[in-house]
Amino acid sequence: MIPDDFRQLLARRIAGVEHPREKIMDVVFMIQDKFGYLSDELLEDAAGLLKMTPLEVEEIATFYEFIYRRPVGGHVIHVCDGVVCWMSGHASILDHLRGRLGIDFGETTPDGRFTLLPTCCIGYCDRSPAMMIDRKVYGKLTPERIDEILEKLGLDTEGDSDDTGSL
Amino acid sequence: MTQVLFKNRHPDRIATLEEYRAGGGYEALTAVLSEYPRAKVQQLALDAVLLGRGGAGFPAGKKWMTVAESAPFPRYMVCNADEMEPGTFKDRVLIHTDPHQIIEGMIIVGYSVMAERGIIFIRASYENAARILEREIERARAAGFLGPNILGSGFSMEISVHRSAGRYICGENTAQINAIQGKRATPIQPPPYATEKGIWNLPTVTHNVETLACVPHIIQNGPEWFRNLAAHPDAAGTKLYCVSGRVQHPGCFELPMGTRLSDIIDIHAGGMTPGCTFKTCLPGGASTRFLPKSLYDIEMDFDSMKKAGHRLGTGSVIVFDEKTCLVGATLNMMEFFARESCGWCTPCREGLPYMRDILARIEAGDGKPADIPLLRQMSRYVWNAYCALAPGAASPVESLLTYFEDEVQAHIRQHRCPFS
Repeated sequence: MIPDDFRQLLARRIAGVEHPREKIMDVVFMIQDKFGYLSDELLEDAAGLLKMTPLEVEEIATFYEFIYRRPVGGHVIHVCDGVVCWMSGHASILDHLRGRLGIDFGETTPDGRFTLLPTCCIGYCDRSPAMMIDRKVYGKLTPERIDEILEKLGLDTEGDSDDTGSL
Repeated sequence: MTQVLFKNRHPDRIATLEEYRAGGGYEALTAVLSEYPRAKVQQLALDAVLLGRGGAGFPAGKKWMTVAESAPFPRYMVCNADEMEPGTFKDRVLIHTDPHQIIEGMIIVGYSVMAERGIIFIRASYENAARILEREIERARAAGFLGPNILGSGFSMEISVHRSAGRYICGENTAQINAIQGKRATPIQPPPYATEKGIWNLPTVTHNVETLACVPHIIQNGPEWFRNLAAHPDAAGTKLYCVSGRVQHPGCFELPMGTRLSDIIDIHAGGMTPGCTFKTCLPGGASTRFLPKSLYDIEMDFDSMKKAGHRLGTGSVIVFDEKTCLVGATLNMMEFFARESCGWCTPCREGLPYMRDILARIEAGDGKPADIPLLRQMSRYVWNAYCALAPGAASPVESLLTYFEDEVQAHIRQHRCPFS
């Protein structure tokens, strides 16, 4: 259930709009920013606010890459698998991330901190290989740079030195 | 090299409203609102031969003229900043460079078709750009260029930013219209065209970011000046070329429309990465055809590319070297297209995964000689799809088989990828 004060915040976002459903992305993103993902319950609440049926919201929620219908970790890592990143070392970047986090695509670390997902070309081909974490882009990735980024986000990188990176 | 869209480009910051105005920004809008009949604005764009920079190359002025004088209100002006074509990042760079020329362009086009509702449709991975635009829209409003009765002209306009959540098909004009309405983003086949019945069945004019950014400059300096910016008389304006892949300096460069591919790569992108030899490139994003080495000197404009049997697309050059496997590259792109297919029509929904599976077999060393004619047949078959996604997806496959069949054959013969 959406708490009352947050519901008012969402309602304000929609207020005065002729067609409330136009604001579905804003509403879903606000919900995800607060709750992490769009649960069935939240989806139904959102549908009520947007004057849509839950099915209509589901049609849209399952259509997009950055709408999560299942629980995700505190930080969602999307690794770009566009053709330019593919050419510039996507595979080794991915191996390094998998090794560091101990998870594969679609999985979340046991501590609930990180989820690993792919994404199509994110438009940072001039800084490939690239990835996106919490809608922030990181480019020119190397195993070292990935370690720095993960460390800043709270991954304990001390001790596990099984580095797959051979750049 | 004359810089128009990038004249205020700084390595580390965005041009401010003050800076944009000091260089003549919003003077075009002021002139248009005080003394230009709407038809004149349309004629200027037509005379300037401003062709849609999103890839289709449709004359912008002509698009505005299709909005009937008697069409209902409110009308919509949409700026397409979805930019999901692999290899393309020019709109992102442009927004991060000098965003007010996009806003001014939207207001001028809005005026020319009497559209009071402006929407910038932007992809999720450009969250920074979305925030920049929201901030600068507020600044434009505070300066009196947006809102009710702009500069006392009686014309009013508001612009809002619509964030998408990541789906390639949303870059398609009619799918984007569905997405803006909060509907599932499947394409709609015309007629009626969006300029007649678009968002909520109201007239909707959509342009790419780069196209809109050209508009104020055309108004201010005239169509002849704009045409003369190009590299040769059969092209017009400048073009933002993106270069990525095996080059020394990947980046986005503003060059005369019709600049030779060889100059773009060798001079502006610093040439090939040391140790790499040019094999081919995709000249305009993933949905264009691989270009053979024999066309290395081709002039990169809509007409020249078309005459050579290719497409300029978004002008985003992805460079491949001799050591890169093109079957692997094509498989990567087909994976993308198959995943991004909206699923609305059968040729695309079923055809693209089928083509991907054949390519995957070949790349894994399990390909058969019969796979080649089968892929050719599928490349033609997917043209029966509902929108342009599947024909675009077939372009790399078809051109792979046309120009690099030897490479595909080698995979099949050796039962492995010769590059791995």
